[in-house]
Amino acid sequence: MPVLELANISKHFGAIQAVNDVSISLEAGEVVGLMGDNGAGKSTLVKMIAGNFHPSHGTMRLDGRELVLHKPADARQHGIEIVHQDLALCNNLTAAANVYLGRELRRGVGPFRILDYGAMYKRAGQLFAELKSETRPRDLVKQMSGGQRQAVAIARTMLSQAKIVLMDEPTAAISVRQVAEVLNLIRHLRDQGIAVVLISHRMPDVFDVADRVIVMRRGRKVADKKIASSSPEEVTGLITGAIEQVA
Amino acid sequence: MAVTLDQTIAQKQHTFLSRLFSNQTFWVVIAVVLACLFLSFATDSFATSKNIFNITRNVTFVAIIALGMTFVIITGGIDLSVGSVLCLCSMILAVTMHAGYSIEIGILASIATALAVGAFNGVLIAYLGFPPFVVTLGVLSVARSLAMVASNNTVVFQFGPDHQKLLALGGGAWLFGIANPVLYMIILALITGFILRWTKFGRHIFAIGGNEHAATLTGVPVKQIKVAVYMISALSAGIAGIIQTGWLGAVTTNLGTGMELQVIAATVIGGANLAGGVGTALGAIVGAALIEVIRNSLGLLGINAFWQGTFIGGAIILAVLFDRIRNFRRSD
Repeated sequence: MPVLELANISKHFGAIQAVNDVSISLEAGEVVGLMGDNGAGKSTLVKMIAGNFHPSHGTMRLDGRELVLHKPADARQHGIEIVHQDLALCNNLTAAANVYLGRELRRGVGPFRILDYGAMYKRAGQLFAELKSETRPRDLVKQMSGGQRQAVAIARTMLSQAKIVLMDEPTAAISVRQVAEVLNLIRHLRDQGIAVVLISHRMPDVFDVADRVIVMRRGRKVADKKIASSSPEEVTGLITGAIEQVA
Repeated sequence: MAVTLDQTIAQKQHTFLSRLFSNQTFWVVIAVVLACLFLSFATDSFATSKNIFNITRNVTFVAIIALGMTFVIITGGIDLSVGSVLCLCSMILAVTMHAGYSIEIGILASIATALAVGAFNGVLIAYLGFPPFVVTLGVLSVARSLAMVASNNTVVFQFGPDHQKLLALGGGAWLFGIANPVLYMIILALITGFILRWTKFGRHIFAIGGNEHAATLTGVPVKQIKVAVYMISALSAGIAGIIQTGWLGAVTTNLGTGMELQVIAATVIGGANLAGGVGTALGAIVGAALIEVIRNSLGLLGINAFWQGTFIGGAIILAVLFDRIRNFRRSD
């Protein structure tokens, strides 16, 4: 059974049809590359899964049950986590503080509860170890490399039992070595049975890490196939419109 | 490979000393201590108990408001209205007590006024998206004008039946001969320090100052917290106003004029960053202390009072200069 199923989802803003009758299903432990030119509807689609937008038509199902999201916090409660393009990190805080931002651990009783620094450092350290990232929980994020910053943002998604992780352009604007690091982080998520949606413009990254590629053009899904049976040339053609549509 | 991943992750990059030396507040403390030592030797009148009593008490009014301002500045905001709010709250207290009400009712009315003004600032800034500078600049003007309206621009120096209680509250020394305002300042500083370091609220304040967008995306209640910090700032001004009323024994409508700039100077000297994300309770106190020591020492050293502004302004620029130099080195 697919973990997430979108059935005939559409979204329009006034007269503009941003997403038009798109159906997608996601399996656990699968990495799906979501590609398309600017304005193809990728972001709108992802924002509906993340609870930022409400679909105009169509239904979403999570583990077979209908999913209605009113705000981003709802999505998080259902185990849908997002790694934002700008990572949404606070430079002035430590790695551990960023991982726990908005859901800090506290100890004590009743109204007298204080931040539990020890537990947060410890758990954040474990998450970085799981991700095989050399990131120290006590370091300030402003002193970190791009790869480490990605690790912090990804560790955040692992705090709760996430089922789906949406990643918006995680490999844009970082060095080659750091790209390899991030792709490894994505594989670690997949190995834990998490479904990962990777939005990217970078063809090599998608073909390196994804199991399946979905291409969107002008709000429609124009391709949805196994990476093994596709090629960068074909995907490029689909994105630009040189190839109209493939089954 | 001798070093495992776990060892790397567990490693602490900064020792206690390296953190201390890279801390602006630490250097300001050193500056205050050195200045005090120098003055003790250079003048006969500095290290007298009377002068120390005076300095500590003078520090407190600016320091207490600086504590409240620290919250606002950490979120990346600014509150220019504190001087006027201090005046308004003093005046509300004075007028209420003058009319024959008890000190409790007077203080209650004064605190309620402060919270209302703070909530007004906060709601306009957080929910309607006004720039903090503009809103609080407007309230700076409004609050002082309301103080004039409340008192008909007169000096109030008779506080009804609880007159003596009020003077004791602000002017007494209930513990070991330490002036009451100083005691209040220490208690408020401890509370501020605790909130900033140990509570979720404090953590979220830093997060908003670091990256407001990120704080929103991760589910931090940004708007509510912003309203709260402006209420805290106004509350600190109200508390300072109540204490100052008891200490002075009279309230005029020019009380606290220009105080907002001293308060902001104190927080910045103490290490808070106007861009947001950085600030401590201790910094607010030592910043206020440095300003007062400079002012006091110029008088004792027989330097013309006209020079005060130059020295205090120099201290502000020098304190931030150290911070800039450290950043230049880091970016190299």
